[in-house]
Amino acid sequence: MTQVSSRVADDVRFVAKADYLKTLTTLRDEGFEMCVDLTAVDYLTHPGRNIAPEVLGQIVLERFEVVVNLLSLSQRRRVRLRVQIAESDTVIDSAFDLYPGTEAMEREVFDMFGIKFNGHPDLTRILMPEDWQGHPLRKDYGAGNIPVQFKGAAS
Amino acid sequence: MTATENIADSQDAVITAAGTNEGRQELQLRKDVSAKEILRGSGAVLRMSESEVAALAGTQSEDQTMIINMGPQHPSTHGVLRLMLELNGETVLRCKPVIGYLHTGMEKTGESLTFMQGGTNVTRMDYASPLNNELVFAMTTEKLLGIDQDIPERAVWIRMLLSELNRISSHLLFMATNGMDIGAVSMMLYGFREREEVLRFFQKVTGLRMNHNFIRPGGVAADLPAGWRDEVLNLLDALPARLAEYEILMTGQPIWRERLQGVGVITRDEAIALSATGPILRSTGLSWDLRRDMPYLRYDKVEFDVIIGSYGDAFDRYSIRLNEIRESMRIVRQVLDAMPQGDYRIQDKKVTPPPRGRINESMEALIHHFKIFTEGFKVPEGEAYLAIESPRGEIACYIASDGSATPYRMHVRAPSFINIQTMPLMMRGGLVADAVAVISSVDPVLGEVDR
Repeated sequence: MTQVSSRVADDVRFVAKADYLKTLTTLRDEGFEMCVDLTAVDYLTHPGRNIAPEVLGQIVLERFEVVVNLLSLSQRRRVRLRVQIAESDTVIDSAFDLYPGTEAMEREVFDMFGIKFNGHPDLTRILMPEDWQGHPLRKDYGAGNIPVQFKGAAS
Repeated sequence: MTATENIADSQDAVITAAGTNEGRQELQLRKDVSAKEILRGSGAVLRMSESEVAALAGTQSEDQTMIINMGPQHPSTHGVLRLMLELNGETVLRCKPVIGYLHTGMEKTGESLTFMQGGTNVTRMDYASPLNNELVFAMTTEKLLGIDQDIPERAVWIRMLLSELNRISSHLLFMATNGMDIGAVSMMLYGFREREEVLRFFQKVTGLRMNHNFIRPGGVAADLPAGWRDEVLNLLDALPARLAEYEILMTGQPIWRERLQGVGVITRDEAIALSATGPILRSTGLSWDLRRDMPYLRYDKVEFDVIIGSYGDAFDRYSIRLNEIRESMRIVRQVLDAMPQGDYRIQDKKVTPPPRGRINESMEALIHHFKIFTEGFKVPEGEAYLAIESPRGEIACYIASDGSATPYRMHVRAPSFINIQTMPLMMRGGLVADAVAVISSVDPVLGEVDR
């Protein structure tokens, strides 16, 4: 039985953006039936992010990171994928065809970070009003110092 | 749909956002949506190919159906959930949940609160089971700090006690609202009456009925008050008779069964594909409970059964929750027997403020106390994901830390947010009245959906 309570037990893999769907397919065939979580991190002000030196040689760190947590119900295992997304090209393939449950999660990441998911059936804002400008969880989006944007309100 | 088309699509959404793209979030007319979106909306991802759905999409002419709004202000949507339903008469053809009405940017707020203050933020997400939210946040922080194995036994067992009592109170709230949604209005009073007794115990322990901020990184905020054991025992003695009443009032009643059995059916494969967890996943017959399958706290030391259903319908989800109350009571009894003596929080000076008595006599203790509550404590760089079983399914916290006293990114995997994705599938082909039963059986907490 895999204990999740200790830090070393986390199985983290860095995946290149081009191999993202291929890796997901392989992992799904290996028995990771469920994509429990998909989120993103904006490393604008913390580009170093404490990565093991042996990994650092193989990947190029970018501003955004899409973090995908997969769960294998049959093997009681988890795996976490970290995909680097460049600021200049914030598009990644959608995992929707493999894991339909990522639908809302990808919409949330699009809404909050502006990362677009290629192949998503309905990529619209999910939490913010649909005419909102900007992506709130980006680090350069100031909290509390912007005029309130609402439909019909003078700003 | 080709790749380039799709990018153009999504960029379109961004460009129009500068002006307005009103209506894009909402349920679109059939003629305006792609076959793939209809496929998603009808939840048929697993059963039909895109071409089959495209053919199906054409069969329903627009002038025979209508799109109506249910919510956001509607008593049976459990808050501000808005469902757009496409109806043909009384039959639901498509459904799209529109959420975000309660969005207050709690994940963004979490980035400016220290790890000490973070509990006050996460506890307000799933307000029906706040202690589970605090627990997952505290445990993830401890994992990053590397002190997750050093939490005192008593603190761990107190956490288990509160977590299970919270499961009971949350499921009792479900009993109340589910009863009212289906038409057993008196159930509303009974469910809230019993829940109130659990909340009274929480008030005695934490000082508050909800939003406790009691489980904190390093342990819990205070020791259990004198007489807590009797309070819990009174609760445990009173509940079985009340649950038996529920059985008489609901479980065996033909009307109750008619309203729930065969309504909102989901299969095991669909639940897994849609990332549904908790009672929804268990109702399909899959035995999956993080307390047993990936034990945290001391759940490997207590005995309990994982309740599963067999049909994946609303009735199964009702009975699973009812019986989970009984299992939680079983766990609580074992916790009462096993509760060890000792510290209720870790004696690591880094995360634990000095006791009140020391502050009066020592300047250093006063400074330390002040600093820990104003500046907080620093958490090493790194990222961690940790999941526990909340009453609604897998609740998880993902924290990326940059070595400062506030999380660099704090994400909560909210089970309700993911679980409402199953609604369009469960409602398809059912009646509007069944839609109410489906919403109720998913048991979403909108504070957690919108965060």
